Amino acid sequence: LSRIGDELYLEPTESGLSLRAVNSSRSGFSSFLFAPLFFQLYEPGSAGPETEVFRCKVHMKSFLGIFRSLPSLEKTVGKCLILLKPRASRLVLQLHCKYGVTKTHNLAFQECEQLQAVFDTQRCASHLCAPARVLAEAVVHFAPTLAEVTLGTGPGGKISLRNYVEDEAEPSKTMVTELWLAEDEFQSVAVAPGSHITFCLKEFRGLLSFAEASNLPLTIHFDAPGRPVIFTLDDTVLEVHLVLATLSDLQSNSQSPSTNGASHLPALSDDFADDLESYMVAMEASEGGSERPPSPTFPLRTPWPAESKPEEEEEEEEEEEEGAVPGTPPHKKFRSLFFGSVMTPGRPGLATTQEVLAEDSEGE
Amino acid sequence: MRFRAKIVDLACLNHFSRIINTIAKLAKTCILRLTVCKLYFILSDKVANGGASLWCELSQGNFFDEFQMEGVAAEHNEIYLELVPENLSRALKTSQSAKAVKIKLTNKHCPCLRVAVELPSLSSSSRIVTHDIPVGVIPRRMWNDFREPSVPDFDVSIYLPVLKTMKSVVERMKNLSNFIVIEANLSGEMNLKIETDLVSVTTHFKDLGNPPWASEDGCQSSAQSRDLESMAEACIDIKKLQQLLAGQQVNPTKALCNIVHKRIVHFILLHEEVSLQYFIPAIA
Repeated sequence: LSRIGDELYLEPTESGLSLRAVNSSRSGFSSFLFAPLFFQLYEPGSAGPETEVFRCKVHMKSFLGIFRSLPSLEKTVGKCLILLKPRASRLVLQLHCKYGVTKTHNLAFQECEQLQAVFDTQRCASHLCAPARVLAEAVVHFAPTLAEVTLGTGPGGKISLRNYVEDEAEPSKTMVTELWLAEDEFQSVAVAPGSHITFCLKEFRGLLSFAEASNLPLTIHFDAPGRPVIFTLDDTVLEVHLVLATLSDLQSNSQSPSTNGASHLPALSDDFADDLESYMVAMEASEGGSERPPSPTFPLRTPWPAESKPEEEEEEEEEEEEGAVPGTPPHKKFRSLFFGSVMTPGRPGLATTQEVLAEDSEGE
Repeated sequence: MRFRAKIVDLACLNHFSRIINTIAKLAKTCILRLTVCKLYFILSDKVANGGASLWCELSQGNFFDEFQMEGVAAEHNEIYLELVPENLSRALKTSQSAKAVKIKLTNKHCPCLRVAVELPSLSSSSRIVTHDIPVGVIPRRMWNDFREPSVPDFDVSIYLPVLKTMKSVVERMKNLSNFIVIEANLSGEMNLKIETDLVSVTTHFKDLGNPPWASEDGCQSSAQSRDLESMAEACIDIKKLQQLLAGQQVNPTKALCNIVHKRIVHFILLHEEVSLQYFIPAIA
């Protein structure tokens, strides 16, 4: 959850304790629901028709700091008690350790509105399920700093993952890595042919390492480009969702045709053109002189022509100039589609601008 | 102009990857020259590189199971490509358990070296990862820029100390100064010196041995008639030296350097299948 946002939202409900996080651009949301059975004791507190479910958020760093060193925690801590003290405005975490030592941490919390992304896995056209290990092995081929990746379907039922090259980057200077997975590597495949989506890899990696560690299969639900992609993990006592915005086709249309998953052939086919002879002829014939012609790969400081951005729809977000959260996709391209206001359920899923869903509590 | 090659043996693949990693540490972009028998990684001494230059030569037969190339023309059966070695290094990094790695020169939207890695998988078909590394094709009229540098008329030639030791000394010195003086004599003694306003540090190496260079007529006479104790020195950019030493992942069979007093230091690192020469000019 810390890979997504800086604040941890807690919501104790009858069906379990829900922990959630959202990123600053509202393009990534994650929730972990721990069923009552996960805990030795679970008392969500009285939430009747009069009393609202109590929701709060704490600083992610403060919370994580308590569980800093997992190996030593496993050795020394017997029990952990989490207690919400609304009147004292404190979230209490108490670690009962060996030798009668008890460590009590009191975290300040803020009450907040419900943090809920609007999404529906049923409405997704495509679903993929794979063991976490397979996806982890796939993702390792991409640079750790890679921001976005494109998941696509290809001929023969193969599934591809390719690094996404931004429009601003020179396509002839960037290395493109593509991985193909056969259908039978997945536990289930139900995808619309020719479909593809681009999402933030960094935020996905967080969920992937969790899935790998817990040895759970990961399901990917996706639809058309621009519609959010939903990753789910299911267990008897844990339900995990990660919802990420995807790049809409408005941007991907301006990319070179090679990024269209459907027309891309598997790598070892010999069908691609080795058309270097004509290229060489053209080079030899070009104006001689001792001047090196601009190398197609490494041009001699030719200013990159200002690209005219494709027309943005009126629902485009304003670009925020805040310091970018690492792993957050650029604001202009991704849409926070799914944060419809909880207050007006009839509203369609498309959010207009920076709809702040979880307001800080007004001054007491 | 065509090029395709294939590596199937894992040991060869690892060895090749290590060489690429070394090159990637020394040069941001470099030239890859392909001939029927050999591959060369070349960095020429442009100002942009800080004047340092690199010449690394390997026999393709020692690495590739298949290697086919067709140069620009029958009389010029070679290919010169400009590329970013770091890309190649990254492409090979995750291929450590590959069944096969194929490299091919292609031109879909722009010239690329396509590295296709076939990985084992639990399913019926292998996993394929392709990396398209953009390359620049160097036209024939530019090839003269990338000729093999000749061994300079050096004053002293000496074997290097154990590289690991040298590396840790240089790494620590790097924290104190941007320049390092290498001096050596024909009695097998070498000193590495740094000097700043606050501190000067010298590390002395003895009994290193001096390689015997076959004396061509009058060519190495300057070295022959030289006083054995007299030091030849050059002050060089310490970062370049550190990069050279850091990139050595395997101990070379032979490692030596030739010093032209106050002009240039020429390092030669020889392994069984690959030779690497690195020239670092002296700072005025």
